[in-house]
Parts: sequence; structure tokens; C-alpha cells
Amino acid sequence: MPRLGADMEAGTLLEWHVKPGDRVRRGDLVALVDTDKAAIEIECFEDGVVQEILVPPGTKVPVGTPLARLGTAAAAAAPQQPAAATALVPPPPSSQPTPERVAPAPAAGRVHASPLARRAAAELGVDLAQIHGHGPDGAILLADVEGAASPAAAPREAAAARAEVSIVSRPATDADRAAAMRSAIAAAMTRSNREIPHYYLGTSIDFSRAQRWLDAENAQRPVTERLLPAVLLLKAVALALREVPELNGFFRDGAFLPGEGIHVGVAISLRQGGLVAPALHDADRQSLGDLMRALADLVRRARSGGLRGSEVTDASITVTNLGDQGVESVFGVIYPPQVALVGFGRVSERAWAENGLVDARPVVGASLAADHRTSDGHRGARFLSAVDRLLQNPEEL
Amino acid sequence: MTRKELEAIVKRVLSGIAPEADLETLDPGTDLRESLDLDSMDFLNFLVGLREETGIEVPDVDVTRVSTLASCLDYLAARGGG
Repeated sequence: MPRLGADMEAGTLLEWHVKPGDRVRRGDLVALVDTDKAAIEIECFEDGVVQEILVPPGTKVPVGTPLARLGTAAAAAAPQQPAAATALVPPPPSSQPTPERVAPAPAAGRVHASPLARRAAAELGVDLAQIHGHGPDGAILLADVEGAASPAAAPREAAAARAEVSIVSRPATDADRAAAMRSAIAAAMTRSNREIPHYYLGTSIDFSRAQRWLDAENAQRPVTERLLPAVLLLKAVALALREVPELNGFFRDGAFLPGEGIHVGVAISLRQGGLVAPALHDADRQSLGDLMRALADLVRRARSGGLRGSEVTDASITVTNLGDQGVESVFGVIYPPQVALVGFGRVSERAWAENGLVDARPVVGASLAADHRTSDGHRGARFLSAVDRLLQNPEEL
Repeated sequence: MTRKELEAIVKRVLSGIAPEADLETLDPGTDLRESLDLDSMDFLNFLVGLREETGIEVPDVDVTRVSTLASCLDYLAARGGG
């Protein structure tokens, strides 16, 4: 059971996506886990063959508990050597507390179903709204969908599901979940302001070239492939981090630990309150089109449930864009153990002087909150200038 | 398609994006982004939803013409949805 947030002590195994005998690869989604605040898809940590499920669905176990036994390739070839089998356990629970990055509670009135159940329902032509779920809080599980598709099997499986979940204690309402998320954000932000000596830099960036390029580009794109200004800002941040890598990573055990890739966390506000900041992996290496698709997918899953474990733990910096809310600038609070947070305000038309002439241009406010233990204002300023310079050549992003 | 049918479609798309909103009390003259607290991604998803449901693509230059429920219905009707 991986730790998916600093305040997570235990998790409830909601659903297995694999069974004994299945071959799995590193990164495969193998199980759905509920952390009391969110249902998160758990990824496999290595290649192998599932030998035994150790934790049945509906069971709540402490962080660090082996969930399943996995045979490595060598063990599969020589099954007489059980010593080669490894338990499917997460890497040692990281010290990275990410309690603020949790997925949403289901909105009231919407069908609450696991991602696997949704997929199966689509494949089997089952209407989720017509099914009574037997998971926690009435969530629809795969067994419920399969039961609805083949009624004969339903009573036994549904009864089994009921028996499994009856031993689980869980928050009863959406209000409980909202309160749990609020207190998780409170804990992380309190720690941030207590421990991290922040410094803040801000600048105004001429967005006219980026806007012109975006308008011309979007005029040619169908609505399904249209780009948002936020994607240009994210890509510019990701590329600027290559030039100032000391802003991309973590402060752990008294020292800076560089991020293994440029995984940009995107602050996503949830309609029912609170926020999550899941990671866009390797944002510096994605085209704008790919980044836009990834962002749309991330926002959708953040708001409907179904974030992956790696997405809630991997972000090596966070970007928050409050432009839609109309503010000009953001003075951010860093998500520990990250060391920087980049904020963008709205793109608005302002008087702009250049080469002795004044005209009206779209301008965006950019800010950096950074950890003074790992970088200085000089390097922070260099980062913001790099973002500015990159946005002046949008066709190269 | 009648205006009532169009309105039902638009509201169905909106309810998928802002499930908690009470669309029955939505003032047709107010800005959708403001009254339903839609961000740019939500609004883009609204345009994608309109295309899926009506087949009408709102080009980027026309986005301001669908900013309220009333203007959106006018626009869709004029573009052959009504």
C-alpha cells in the first residue's frame, strides 16, 4: 500500500484490475485504492506475473502492507524457486508529503463508479444510472456491472461485495471528504510557511506575440484540438527549468534533490472546493498539442476521480494559473517538499512601452515563489527572464 | 430543432461540466463563465460538447458570441441548429 499523501496512514483496496497469472508491466494500473479522500489508481512498480493477491477488495490496510505477490521473469521461468518472487510493495514510503494533492470526492448527484466499472459498462452496454452499487458510499464496482450484464451471477457477487465492504470504516458523506481535504491542505501549507524561507519575484510579460501565434493556430484547429494560453505558459516554464534546474526538485534531508524529470504539477481547483496539483510528466519534452491533450485529460480525471499514484506524488514544481479568476498576480505558497511555485495571472491589455513607443498589448503577470535554502533571487530572476524570452518565440515552444 | 430543444441540449452539456449548478434558475443574459464559475478548460469543453451534440463548431473568433445562454441559443439557431 503506497503512501499517497503525508497524512495517509492506511488505504482501502477497492478493486483489483489484475488476477493471479496475469502478466504485468511497470506502470500498469493494477488496483484502485481509496485514501479516505480520493480513489487513486495504483501503478505496478515492476514487471512480472501476479502470483497471489494478498489483500482482497474492501480491506483497509496500513501503508507499507504488501498488496500482492509478484513473480519476476526469472521466477516465472523457474517456479520452484519461490525465493525469486517479490512482494508487490511500493518503494519505501517517500518522505514527500503531498496531502494537498488529493483527488475529488464525487459530486453530489453524479454516478459514483470506479474507472474499471465505467469501462466495463461502456463495453457491455450497461447503464450505470440503473445499477445499485455495492462499493463504499454506494460506488459501482466492476462486480456490480458484470452482475447487471449477467443477472444470474449478480446475487452471489453482490453479496460477496457487501460482505467485503462491511468491515470497512469510511467517511460517510461528501462533507466529511471536503473537510478532510481542507485539513490536508491546511497541514501542507502550514508546514510550508513554517519551514520554507520563501522569496518572491514578479514580472510582467508581453504576451502579444504568443497571443497572435495562438489566435492564428487556433483559427486552423478544430475545437477538439484548440490550445489554451495555459499550455504555452506551462511549456515555457518546463523549458526554462532546463536552464535553471535548481528550481525543479525537492528539499529532502537538509539538501536539494534534483527532480528526475521536469514533471510540472498543475494546480486544479475542484468544483466542490479544494484543489489538487497532479503532475504533467516530462512537460518539457511534449509538443504543445500533446501537452494540451494531457492537460485536458488531467483536469477531467482530477475532477471526476481516477488520478494515478505517480501523478499525485511525482510533481517536481507546481504552476498555478489564476488568470481565469481575473487576478493580475499570484504570491504562491510552495508545496513541500518542492522548492518552487510559479504563478500566472490573467492575460490583460495594458499600456506597454518598447523602443520609445507606447501601445496597448496583452500582458501576463508571472511570479515565482522559491525556497531560499536551495536557490537565490539571482537564479530565480534568470528563470523568469527565460520564461519571458521563450514566450516571445511561441513557434519554438 | 426548436429553440426549446436547443436549450435542452445546451443545458445538458453545461450540466455535464458544472454538475452542481441549478440551470433552471440560470439567467439567460448573464455570462456563463461568471455565473457557473467556468474556467477556460471548462469553456473549451462546453464548445466541444456543443459540437458533439449539435454538429456545430464554434470557431475561435466567434467564442464571444456564445458567452451567455441567450446569445448561445441565437448563435446556434442562426448556424442551422434551429
